[in-house]
Amino acid sequence: MTAENIHHPEPSYLEYRGKYKGLLGWLTTTDHKRIGLMYMYAMMVFFIVGVILGELMRLELFRPGQQFYGPQVYNGLFTLHGIIMIFTVVIPGLAAVFGNFAMPIMIGAKDVAFPRLNLFSWYLFILGAAIALSSQFMGDGPPDTGWTFYAPYSVTTHTNVIAAVLGAFVLGFSSILTGLNFIVTIHRLRAPGMTFFKMPLFPWAVYATAWIQVLATPIVGITLLMIIAERTLRIGFFDPNLGGDPVLYQHLFWIYSHPAVYIMILPAMGVVTEIIPTFSQRRVFGYKAIALSSMAIAFVGYFVWAHHMFTSGMSSTARWIFSLLTFLVAVPSAIKVFNWVTTMYKGSIDVKPPFLYSLGFIFLFMIGGLTGLSLGSLATNIHVHDTAYVVAHFHYIVFGGVGFAFFAALHYWYPKMYGRMYNFKLANIAFVFLFAGFNLLYFPQFIIGLMGMPRRYFDYLPQFTFGMQLSFYGGILLAIGLVLMLYNLFQKNGAKAPANPWGGSTLEWTIPSPPPVENFDVMPEMGPDEEPYDYK
Amino acid sequence: MTAESVHITSYRTYLWVLIALLFLTFVTITVTWIDLSALTVLVALVIASVKAYIVLTWFMHLKYESSLFRVLVIVVLAIYALVIGLTYFDYLLR
Ligand SMILES: [Cu+2]
Repeated sequence: MTAENIHHPEPSYLEYRGKYKGLLGWLTTTDHKRIGLMYMYAMMVFFIVGVILGELMRLELFRPGQQFYGPQVYNGLFTLHGIIMIFTVVIPGLAAVFGNFAMPIMIGAKDVAFPRLNLFSWYLFILGAAIALSSQFMGDGPPDTGWTFYAPYSVTTHTNVIAAVLGAFVLGFSSILTGLNFIVTIHRLRAPGMTFFKMPLFPWAVYATAWIQVLATPIVGITLLMIIAERTLRIGFFDPNLGGDPVLYQHLFWIYSHPAVYIMILPAMGVVTEIIPTFSQRRVFGYKAIALSSMAIAFVGYFVWAHHMFTSGMSSTARWIFSLLTFLVAVPSAIKVFNWVTTMYKGSIDVKPPFLYSLGFIFLFMIGGLTGLSLGSLATNIHVHDTAYVVAHFHYIVFGGVGFAFFAALHYWYPKMYGRMYNFKLANIAFVFLFAGFNLLYFPQFIIGLMGMPRRYFDYLPQFTFGMQLSFYGGILLAIGLVLMLYNLFQKNGAKAPANPWGGSTLEWTIPSPPPVENFDVMPEMGPDEEPYDYK
Repeated sequence: MTAESVHITSYRTYLWVLIALLFLTFVTITVTWIDLSALTVLVALVIASVKAYIVLTWFMHLKYESSLFRVLVIVVLAIYALVIGLTYFDYLLR
């Protein structure tokens, strides 16, 4: 591949006029790049709503006792915060946005295998989100179960659980179809000569993710329908009064919802695996180990779900087995971290914003991952179960990990997406705010969790006040960082971006920024001696 | 990419699939008249699995596809069996 096809008159995917122009042109597009951006815009809106809900919770928790709203409103707040952030932001997350935008280009394809199905997935995503949000305004008040919808409470509460559950069900279908699309794309549309082990590592991560989406999501779909059946038809699946078993619900729910964590984090790891070598100006260390660890995480991650249920009354044999499996799944994650660090070792490191956000990812993901091990061991789990410690742990994974990797990916592919650069200085300042704010917000939650602060309470004992107030100020810093970052990215008046601003060595950097509609003028091919990261 | 091979299944094959499925449905209903006590669920599941096997193999063309697809289906079924197995494991030892 050379620079031959960089200057040509074809319109970019942003300017291209199909049958319709303007907004309608976007809403009817089957271009994977436009659909990726459409996911991103929708998710940004949901994310901002979710952040506001989170900040409202911090406001209530500023002092002990009731400040602004009572327990019922607070329960509604954390439920909606959870549903929005989990189901409409981080689960579609990097896979839907960058899996769509970048993955087909990186494997040398013109589009995904089923472009119309891809657009349909986006509409299902919007529909599911709309149904979930409608639960706030219809029926007998916003759901108050938490995003986990634990039975039997979700069966007996009078709030509008059915709409929220149905929304999550539809969102699940969007996820399954996207996963299916990506599996077929990667199997069938790789450039000639690009074998699986010549594929870049972000597509590898997306591939592993897609399998989890296809295999795990149906289980939560069925489970959510069982809740609806139990609420409306009084079939006794979960409610002991009807002859059901509440622990069965937790099994079924977490069989999906633990692998869902890997749906979120695997593409995040994939992105970081692209960024670290690019800015260290070295080839990635341990290509095969990283590729296969993605698959290992996807596989082993399937069998650890019951670590969420150590205090729910499971058999003790099941408990130690799941604890052991949980420890095993940390191994492939650690392999990746060691490979990233080794890639940087003796590299000529160029600290640009994408690299900075990736470093933030590694640091925060490490804290999240290691505290996950203390939660996965049986004895400590009993102590910190359902405390703020858990809240801190999963925010370190989901926001510190997935969120920061998303920001890294956004800063990495932004020039490719819009054909413009952004202000590096402002991006760095935003990073400092985000990183400091994040740690100030969530680290105190580890401490007060260890001291015994339970999660999901609107009130607390006076000894937790200091930690709660630190978190509040952290939340403000974090919000400032987000505003700065979004402001920087959405003014779109930076210098024109060259085709390869970072010296990247994957296929997307060989085509213009922004790419033409069909990505490649000449279909790329890989010779027998070519290596995965040979495109410079 | 290898050349696509298109396999056209004859009506006769589909007819046999239909007959087999109808027969097995008949068996399912018939055994409900016999009291098998603890084995009831097992027998029903075995018959259902045979039906699923017939559908996957002939009706869904797994027999004529490359072995990759068969491997994928087996892996998926194995994962599913493991998940259900681990869940029941908890129930049995409680
Ligand atoms: Cu988990």
